[in-house]
Amino acid sequence: MNMFSYLKAYKKESILGPLFKLLEASIDLIVPLVVAAIIDVGVANNDRGYIFRMGGLMIALGVIGLALAAIAQYFAAKAATGYATAVRLDLFRKINQLSYNELDRIGTSTLITRITSDINQVQSGLNLGLRLLLRSPFIVFGSMIMAFHVNRAAAMIFVVVIPALAIVVYGVMFITMPYYKKIQQKLDLVTLKVRENLVGVRVIRAFNRQEEEKKQFDEASTDLVRTQVFAGRISGIMNPLTYVIINAGLIAVVWIGGKEVDTGIISQGEVIALVNYMSQILVELVKLANLIVSISKAMACAGRIRGILETKTSIKREAIPVPEPVDESVKVAFEQVSFTYGKAKKESLLGIDFRAKPGQTIGVIGGTGSGKSSLVNLIPRFYDVTSGAVLVDGVNVKDYPLDALRAKVGIVPQRAVLFAGTIRENMQWGKKDATDEEIQEALATAQAKEFVDQMEDGLDTKILQGGKNLSGGQRQRLTIARALVRKPEILILDDSASALDFATDARLRLALRDMAKNLNDKMTVFLVSQRASTIRDADQILVLDDGALVGVGTHKELLKSCEVYREICLSQLTKEEVERDAK
Amino acid sequence: MQSKETERTTIKRVLRYISKYSFLVILSLLLAVVTVVTTLYTPILTGRAIDEIVGKGAVNFANLFAILKKIAVLILITGTAQWLMNICNNRITFRVVKDVRTKAFFHLENLPLRYIDSHPYGDVVSRVIADIDQFSDGLLMGFTQFFSGILTILGTLIFMFSINAKIALVVVIITPVSLVVASYIAKKTYTMFQKQSQTRGELTGLINEMVENQTVVQAFGYEDEAISRFETINEELAGHSLKAIFFSSLTNPCTRFVNSLVYAGVCLFGAIAVVNGHLTVGILSSFLSYANQYTKPFNEISGVVTELQNALACAARVFELIDEEPLSKEPLNATVLMDAEGSVEMDHVAFSYVPEQNLITDFNLKVKPGQRIAIVGPTGCGKSTVINLLMRFYDVDDGCVRVDGTDIRDMTRRSLRENYGMVLQETWLKAGTIRENIAYGYPDATDEEIIKAAKAAHAHSFIERMSDGYDTVITEEGGNLSQGQKQLLCIARVMLKLPPMLILDEATSSIDTRTEIRIQKAFAKMMEGRTSFIVAHRLSTIKEADRILVMKAGNIIEQGTHEELLAQGGFYAELYNSQYINTATAG
Repeated sequence: MNMFSYLKAYKKESILGPLFKLLEASIDLIVPLVVAAIIDVGVANNDRGYIFRMGGLMIALGVIGLALAAIAQYFAAKAATGYATAVRLDLFRKINQLSYNELDRIGTSTLITRITSDINQVQSGLNLGLRLLLRSPFIVFGSMIMAFHVNRAAAMIFVVVIPALAIVVYGVMFITMPYYKKIQQKLDLVTLKVRENLVGVRVIRAFNRQEEEKKQFDEASTDLVRTQVFAGRISGIMNPLTYVIINAGLIAVVWIGGKEVDTGIISQGEVIALVNYMSQILVELVKLANLIVSISKAMACAGRIRGILETKTSIKREAIPVPEPVDESVKVAFEQVSFTYGKAKKESLLGIDFRAKPGQTIGVIGGTGSGKSSLVNLIPRFYDVTSGAVLVDGVNVKDYPLDALRAKVGIVPQRAVLFAGTIRENMQWGKKDATDEEIQEALATAQAKEFVDQMEDGLDTKILQGGKNLSGGQRQRLTIARALVRKPEILILDDSASALDFATDARLRLALRDMAKNLNDKMTVFLVSQRASTIRDADQILVLDDGALVGVGTHKELLKSCEVYREICLSQLTKEEVERDAK
Repeated sequence: MQSKETERTTIKRVLRYISKYSFLVILSLLLAVVTVVTTLYTPILTGRAIDEIVGKGAVNFANLFAILKKIAVLILITGTAQWLMNICNNRITFRVVKDVRTKAFFHLENLPLRYIDSHPYGDVVSRVIADIDQFSDGLLMGFTQFFSGILTILGTLIFMFSINAKIALVVVIITPVSLVVASYIAKKTYTMFQKQSQTRGELTGLINEMVENQTVVQAFGYEDEAISRFETINEELAGHSLKAIFFSSLTNPCTRFVNSLVYAGVCLFGAIAVVNGHLTVGILSSFLSYANQYTKPFNEISGVVTELQNALACAARVFELIDEEPLSKEPLNATVLMDAEGSVEMDHVAFSYVPEQNLITDFNLKVKPGQRIAIVGPTGCGKSTVINLLMRFYDVDDGCVRVDGTDIRDMTRRSLRENYGMVLQETWLKAGTIRENIAYGYPDATDEEIIKAAKAAHAHSFIERMSDGYDTVITEEGGNLSQGQKQLLCIARVMLKLPPMLILDEATSSIDTRTEIRIQKAFAKMMEGRTSFIVAHRLSTIKEADRILVMKAGNIIEQGTHEELLAQGGFYAELYNSQYINTATAG
């Protein structure tokens, strides 16, 4: 994929912009000739009229230059912003297509940097590039050509000076570039120290480590300064050195110019023109050096954006027909499913095999990292199985269009995420056209009705970004209601009652059971939890241990047959209860 | 940003930081003077040189050579002076920045938790990092360009007026026009930029929300909606950006246009003066160089002034942090708590985070050495606040907390905290190896001691399974570990060196219950003979406490042992029984 292809829509602008800039530059090159003419013709002949005419010409050239520049700036700005807008939209589209696997691998924070600051960098780099990338070399070489036009011998000095300047400017850049990278890394380290000391303030003070932390900060910060001063020393050489070179060239121009004037080859005014050309080069070279820095930054950013755009999506939203159910007596079936995350070495799930009937409540229990979440994430095909198959209504989930499959599922993720907007808008995520009645019903089931009713604006209450104005428990109940609004065929609660106290948790489960009953067994529920009390009444309990399914059955059956399950229960319930339940 | 007054005090404070390097500053200023004088003198010499080459056969090579030699010496001096000045400026800037940054960080270590808890981390980090960086950029630019820019303008004026007052006047009159134009454009584009950044903010907000929670977006099939919302704002941004970028980019052509007017003016009047015999051609060429030189610093300085203002605003934000009131000084005769026996008393304690909102009003508690105290209650009841007061992360508003009979405000904070071992729900780990993290409170620990602690915390086996064992590097905030693993490491950190008193605030909340049972055993051993405070929401973990405090709305509403509280049939009994509501309903 070529990042320049986005410029195609702005072909006209990206050609006209630099073109007008070049026209403007040509005017800059003409001015010294006009000055030379004023001196050689006007002054030499005492021709005041000529001097005034030429002065007028200079002003006219200034006006034309202004107009040309304004046009060039407009085209450049138009192409740059248009380009950035198009890339941004495409990138956002792409992000919305990435599957969980890619999102895990890339990480959302990088994605955010790329779509915000990286694209901004590219935009300003492009804007600058369109304006100056051609102009500066044009002036540099244009000056040289004009010098040749004036006098060959003097022009040879330009041939020596320009490469010498180029070597100095780019040499310094080349040497310092890695140091600036190092400075960035060292600054990151200093930032890390500051953040650590804020986040970990309690531990640091509890362990009385302030003095050590200060020492470490001082070390990191001294190291940073040392590198900064060093890099500054090198780049500080650039200006003086270019100044010396240009002026040495100037001396040579005057000396050789003097000789040429003496032999009558050129005039005094032409020597002045040569001097002017030499000064113009210096100005442009410095501009060019800045330009190259910002363009190489923009290129790096463009590369990072391209990296995302080129990421292959492993699970695509394709427009395939919705398949007919094959076997409606089994809602969800796992057939010898194994699953490995990304490039992980070890499987997260291994040979999982079970069937969930319509209307059943399935409990999923196991320790941290045993694969509970992985298991339920396979049902709406957030990830693809590594081997085996997941069936919904007897059809492999891979044969559904993604939207149709996910429309069947209501999921309540572990992290209670709400979005900026009203409570109603958040509830409508579950079902676009949900009526207030449907929403109220879902809120009631999710045990959220009470506190929503107490809010002044009810359903119109604004939720701040990230749901900051709600407590953890409130957020969690709202995310449950959001999933219930669509009355899903498959409801997945992924350890999503952890912030609720036991009483509310229990009421929630009773309400869910009622709801499932009222829906005539159309809703199959997956309850993922670490709490035995949450899943003990499930129709079927799946016990996971280190990715393997070590027990399937009811609470009672498992207490007798499954060692892991009994251990979990013993760690949470009293011995008497466990013994009573097992009977 | 604020009044002129604060700006002035900010400048004064910045100068005070700089004054530490006054030798370098004076040297830099002297070098700037040298650079400017020599730079300004060069065009005059060049002009004289040109006057030596009048026309065919009329070139005085001896004079020309002498002048050119002078120029060569001058540019060597200029180059060297410039280089030395750059080195000085660099050194001053980065040293000052380091001083300020270190001061800010050291101050941070000395700020009360009240400040740190109530300010977003991002804000503080941006003060210590980004603001100081901005400040350094502004300072460097100010040093390198502001002073020499003003000198150049003054010098040029003097040189120009001394040569030819009329032409100098032309330059002086036209040049300010470019400043007027630049500020006019800046004013006009200000609202455009504001609109742009507002829309950009809106877009960034949407991006943050949708990308960060992309999994939820996909789970609910919200992709198309998100894209269409994005498209609307994106289009709007495109319009605002185009306007802002285009109009602001007119500044440069406009000021250059004014410059070319100056140039044409000098050329015109200069040529006439030459014709009238008031001027030589060579002097005219020096004037032309001056016209260029004179307008440049004007354009630069207007940029530098905004940069400097920005730098001052940033400096003010940093100083604001440095001015925050630090922790109260410890009394001179503060006692050092050595190996506390472990009796803790909270006597009529009142405390609140926000003055208008009472949290704890009259809290009384007496704990005998070696007792195990459990604290339970609903979220927000003040459990963690009690811990904050015990560790003296916050000071009480009224009443007092005593350890071994001494008010904790009369002992050193250090010695008080040395007597507590603490495991919190938030599992903070440092970026560093696992070994360093376990030995955090006791850096001299031997490998055997570290492994012993890890084993006691049931962390040894997973550490062994990691790629580099105890030398595995943990990324910032333990990114590559699971929540449960992090918690185990935090427990090992305390196990390494057990102080006489313990605080466990939801210490096992992220660990699965089977592992928890095992850790409980370790905890039980650890707590033997130590005064311990345990906060937990899993009631099963606290049954064995000597005393359970049930808190609600900042006060103790019930206390006693597990059995006593169950028999009481109060709030605790209700909480406890609610865990088994199923058993009750299912019969």
